[in-house]
Amino acid sequence: MIVKSLRETMLGMWSLLVGMKVTAVNFKSTQITVHYPREVVHSLEGYRGHIELVPSDEDPYKPKCIACNNCVRICPSACISLTAIKPKKKAAEKTEAPDSADEVKTKGKKEAPAKKAKPELESFVCDYNYCCLCGLCVQSCPTGALRYSSNVYLAGFTRQEFVLDLLSRLQNQAQKKEQ
Amino acid sequence: MIEAIPTQFIIIFVGLLAVMAFVGLNAIVLVYLERKVAGFIHRRPGPYEVGPPCFPHGILQPFADGLKLVGKQLFTPRGADSILFWLAPMISIAPAIVCFIVIPFGPHLQIVNTNVGLVLILAFTGINVLALCLAGWASQNKYGLIGAARDISQGVAYEIPLLLVVLSVVFMTGTFNLFDIADGQGAWPWQWYIFYQPLAFVIFFICALAETNRNPFDLPEAESELTAGFHTEYSGMGFACFFLAEYAYMVVASCIIAILFLGGFQGPVLPGVWWFLAKVYVLLLIMIWIRWTFPRVRFDQLLNICWKWLIPLAVLNLLITLAVIAI
Repeated sequence: MIVKSLRETMLGMWSLLVGMKVTAVNFKSTQITVHYPREVVHSLEGYRGHIELVPSDEDPYKPKCIACNNCVRICPSACISLTAIKPKKKAAEKTEAPDSADEVKTKGKKEAPAKKAKPELESFVCDYNYCCLCGLCVQSCPTGALRYSSNVYLAGFTRQEFVLDLLSRLQNQAQKKEQ
Repeated sequence: MIEAIPTQFIIIFVGLLAVMAFVGLNAIVLVYLERKVAGFIHRRPGPYEVGPPCFPHGILQPFADGLKLVGKQLFTPRGADSILFWLAPMISIAPAIVCFIVIPFGPHLQIVNTNVGLVLILAFTGINVLALCLAGWASQNKYGLIGAARDISQGVAYEIPLLLVVLSVVFMTGTFNLFDIADGQGAWPWQWYIFYQPLAFVIFFICALAETNRNPFDLPEAESELTAGFHTEYSGMGFACFFLAEYAYMVVASCIIAILFLGGFQGPVLPGVWWFLAKVYVLLLIMIWIRWTFPRVRFDQLLNICWKWLIPLAVLNLLITLAVIAI
C-alpha cells in the first residue's frame, strides 16, 4: 500500500520532469511565426477563403458549373444565388425549381433533359456577408465546380464589396492568365 | 539639521529608495522575460512590435504596459468598501519592499544587517495574505471573495512546511542572520546547503511557488474559474500594485532560496553581487519555466500535496537534521 503510493508519487515527479523537458525542447526549437509585413507565407495551399468557381477543362472562361442548384439549396445561410439561361435550342418542358422566396432566383432546371438542353450559367453571386464558411456547397457540388479561393487580402469598407460575383471573377482571372 | 538625524535612519531611507528602484526595475525585466519565455515555449516570438523599429524585439513592451496602467482610471465598484479596497494594494506592496532591506546582495551590500533577518522576511511576507484577503473581501465581488478564501487557506497551509524547512537550515547554522547563513557556505557548489538539505530545498521551492501564488498553484487568481480572483475589480495602479508585489515576492523568494541553499553571494572568481543576481535570476527563470509547463492544480490536490506530503516530509527532514546535529 505504502510502496504503491510512493511509487505513484515518484512516477508523478518523474512526469513533471518529462513535462519540463518538453517545454525546454520547444523553447530551443525554431519559431513558426511569420512576421507578416516583412515576410509572407510561402504557400497559401490549404487556406479556405470564400468559394470560387473552377474553370472547365476545355474553356477557361467557362465554369464547370451545370447550374444544378445543389449549392443554393444546401447553403444554410442562403448566401449563394445563381441564374442560368437555357440554351438556344428550345427545351420542351420548363420545370421551375422550388424557389425559397428570398434572393435565390433560379431559372435553371434541376435535371437537364438529355444532351441538348444543358443550362448555361448566367451569374453566380456569393454574398460573403452571410457566409458561415461551412463548406457544404463545395462538398455537395456534383461536378467539382466550386473550391475555396486563397484570397487572403479580402478587405473592404462597405457591405456591397463582399457580395462577390464569382462568374466575372473567374472570367477576370482567365483574362489575366492569358495576358 | 542633518546631524540631528541618526545615520542608521538615513541609511535605511536611502536603502528603501534604492530597493524601490530595484523592485521596479525587476518588475520591468521580469514582465518582459515572462512574456518572452512564454512565447519561446509556444514557438512564437512573444512581444515584438512595440514602438519604432530602432527598438527591436519589443523591448518597449513593459514600458508601454506600465504607461497604460498608470494612465487608467481608478475605479471603485459600487458597494465596495472603498477604504479597505484601496488599502489592500498598498498593504500588498509595502511589506514586499521592506523585505529587501535585510537581504545581503553581496558581501558589502546589505542595508541592515540584523540577526533576525530571516524571521523578519517570513513575518512580512505573511502580511501579503492579509492584503489579498482584504482585496477580495472589500471589492464586493463573488470572484474576489472566492479568490481571497482560496488564498488564505493556501497561504496558511503552505506557511507550515516552509517554516519547518527553514527551521532545519537554521538548526544547522544556528543563526537567523541572513548574512551569516550565506557567509557560512563555501564558494563552490558542493559546499552549499543544497547538498546537505536537498529535500528541504525541494520543499522550500514548492512552498515558495505556492506562497507567491505562482503557477501551478495560482488558485487565488485562477483565470479560467475566477476571471482574476482577488484582483478582479482592480484597475490601473491598484492592479499594478498587486502585480508589482507578486513579482517582488517572487524575487524575495528567489533571494531566500539562493541564500539558504545556494550559497547566497558566495561563488568563485566573480564578485559576490553578480553571483547573487545570477542565482536569483536562474531561480526566477525556473519559476517562469514551471509556469508555462504545468496546468493549474485543483484545490483539493493543492491542499493534499501540502498536508499529506510536504508537512510530513518537512517534519521528517527536521527530525533527521536534529538527529545528525545531536550526534
